[in-house]
Amino acid sequence: MIVKLSEFRLKGLVFLAIVVFALPLFISNPFHYSLATQIALIAGAVVGLNLLVGFAGQISLGHAGFFGLGAYFSAIMTSHYGWSAIPALIVGAFGVGIIAWVVGRPILRLKGHYLSMATLAVGFIIAIILNNEREMTGGPDGMPVPAFDVFGWELSPFGQYSLFGMDISGDLAWYLFAGVVLLVAVWLAQNLIDSPIGRALRSVHGSEVAASVVGVNTTKYKSLVFVISAVYASVMGALYAHFQGFITPAVAGFEFSILLITMVVLGGMGSTIGVIIGAVVLELLPQVLADFQEFEMVLFGLILMLTMIFMPKGLLPTVANFLAKRRSKSAGGDA
Amino acid sequence: MAAARADPIMFSEFLQYLFTGITIGAIYALIALGFTLIYNASHVINFAQGEFLMIGGMATVSLTAMGVPMLLAIVLAVALAGLMGIALQRLAIAPAKDANVVTLIIITIGASIFIRGLAQLVWGKKYHVMPNFSGDEPIEVFGAVLNSQSLWVLGVGAVLVAVLVYFFTRTMTGKAILATSMNKDAARLVGIRTQMVLMLAFMVSALLGSIAGIVVAPITFTSYDIGIILGLKGFVAAAIGGLGSGVGAVVGGLALGVVEAMAAGYLSSDYKDAVAFSMILLVLFFMPRGLFGAKVVERV
Repeated sequence: MIVKLSEFRLKGLVFLAIVVFALPLFISNPFHYSLATQIALIAGAVVGLNLLVGFAGQISLGHAGFFGLGAYFSAIMTSHYGWSAIPALIVGAFGVGIIAWVVGRPILRLKGHYLSMATLAVGFIIAIILNNEREMTGGPDGMPVPAFDVFGWELSPFGQYSLFGMDISGDLAWYLFAGVVLLVAVWLAQNLIDSPIGRALRSVHGSEVAASVVGVNTTKYKSLVFVISAVYASVMGALYAHFQGFITPAVAGFEFSILLITMVVLGGMGSTIGVIIGAVVLELLPQVLADFQEFEMVLFGLILMLTMIFMPKGLLPTVANFLAKRRSKSAGGDA
Repeated sequence: MAAARADPIMFSEFLQYLFTGITIGAIYALIALGFTLIYNASHVINFAQGEFLMIGGMATVSLTAMGVPMLLAIVLAVALAGLMGIALQRLAIAPAKDANVVTLIIITIGASIFIRGLAQLVWGKKYHVMPNFSGDEPIEVFGAVLNSQSLWVLGVGAVLVAVLVYFFTRTMTGKAILATSMNKDAARLVGIRTQMVLMLAFMVSALLGSIAGIVVAPITFTSYDIGIILGLKGFVAAAIGGLGSGVGAVVGGLALGVVEAMAAGYLSSDYKDAVAFSMILLVLFFMPRGLFGAKVVERV
C-alpha cells in the first residue's frame, strides 16, 4: 500500500516534469512565458500552503503575508543594501520561518473560524506595515526589484543566455528556472508527506484528539508545518519579486491570500498535483475572462461558486473519482 | 492653569473620537449580528455579508436618483437585499450540504465576487453620495461635533437590536431559529422545518446588513466594493465577541469601533486597521473563543 502510494506520487512528479519541459514546445511568445513563470512560482507557494491546509487540516487566510514578506525582504536587501539575491532569499526565508513560528504557536491553538480570523489578521497586519513603511517599501505605489543574480551572473527576463549550446531568451530561461523550482518544491513536499512527519500531520487532520492520545505532539507538528508552508511562501515570494522586477503590497494582501487558499480548495485539498492545477486554472481564468470585459467579475464569481458547489472536493479528486468509477463500471461490464 | 485650559480641549477631542468610534462601532455590531445569525443557524461564516450593506446603500442611492421617494427607495432596497439573502442560501449554500468549512468559505467568497460584479455592471465603479437623512447641520456637544447621521445610525442600531431581542425571545419563529442552532436534529423532531429556518436566518441577516448599509452610506459614501472591508470588520467584531453570541456581536462591534477611532486619533490613522487586527489577535490569545463565546465541550 505504502509502495503503491509513493509510486503514485512519483508518477505525479514525472507527469509534472513532462508538462513543465514540454510546454516550451507549444508556446513562444514572451507574454505566455511570463504568465507560465508567474504560475509556476505561485503554484510553488500553493504546494506549501497545501501542506498546512490539505494535510494538517489547518486554515490560513493570511498566507500572502508570508509571500509578501519574502518578496519585500529580498527586494529591500538587494536594492537598498546591495545584498546578492540568494543570501537575501535564504535569510528572508529564515526570518519568515521564525516569524511564523512565533505567531504560529499561539494562533494554532485556535480552532475553525477563529484560526481563519487570526491568520487573516496576521496577513492584514503584514500588508498594512508594507503599505505604510514608505521609506523602505515605497508604500502603496510599490518598489522596483533588481534582477535575480547568482555569483555575479544575472537572470533577467530581458537577457540572452546559452544552455547546452542552445541560445535561449531570458523569458524562457526564467520559465525553466521557475519550472525546476516548482519540481523541487513538489519533490520536497512529497517527501515530507511520506515521512513520519507527514503521517503525524495526517493524523492531526483526521482527529486531533485521537492523534494526541496516541502520543503525537500535535502542537509541535502543527507549528512545524505552519513554518514550512510560510517558508515555501517566502521563497516563492522572493523569486516572484525578482522575476517581476516590481512589487506592490498587493502581493501580501487579503485578496491574494484568498486567491492562494482558493487554488488549494479548487484544485483539490491534499493533492499536490491537484493544487497546482488549481493555481493554473485560477491564474488563466482572468486571462480568458478578460475578453468579456465588464462581465469578468460576475463570471469569475459564478464559476468559482458553481465549481465549489458541484465539486466540493476540488477539480482533480472529482475528475479522478469520476474516471475511477467509469473504469470499474466498464470492467464490471466486461466480466 | 495651562493644564486646566488644555483639559476641555483634550476632553472634546476624546469625545470626538468616541462619537466617531461608537457610530462606526454600531455599524460593525449590526454586521457582526448578521454573521452571528447565519453562523448560529448553519455554522457558515458568510463572507458575502458585506455585500448586503453595499446592495442596501447602492440600491437606495440609485432608486432615489430615479425619483423614487426616499422611504420607498429604502424599503425596496431592503427587500432586494432580503431576496438576495434567500437566493444565497437556496442557490449557493443549500446545494453544497456536504462541503467542509473551507469549501463553504470559498463558496461565499465566490458569491460575494459575483454580487460585487453584478453591482459593478449595474452601478459602475464610481463612488456614490447619499445625503444625510436630516440635514447637514452638525450638533455640538461639549466642543465635539456630532454628525446628525450618527444619531440615525445609533437610533436605528438600537431599534434593530431591540427588534432582534424581541424576535428571538418572544416569537415562535425566532425560537425556532434558536432551537435549530442548538440542535438541528432535535429541532426537526419537534416539527421545525429547518430548511425554512436556514432561509429565514439568511434573509434576516441580509435585512440587517442592508439597513446598516443604508444608514451608514451618508457617512462613508458607497460604491460597489465597499462591502469587502466592512464585511471583514464585522467578522472581526463577531470573533472578538465570540462567534454565535448576540451580546458578543454588539459588544465586539462597539469595542472595535471605539478602539479603531482612538487609534486613528491618538496613534496614526494609517495604522488604525492594524490596531483593529492586533486587537482580535490579543483577544483570541487570552480567550480563544472570544469574549462571550460559548464554552463548548467537544465530543470525540
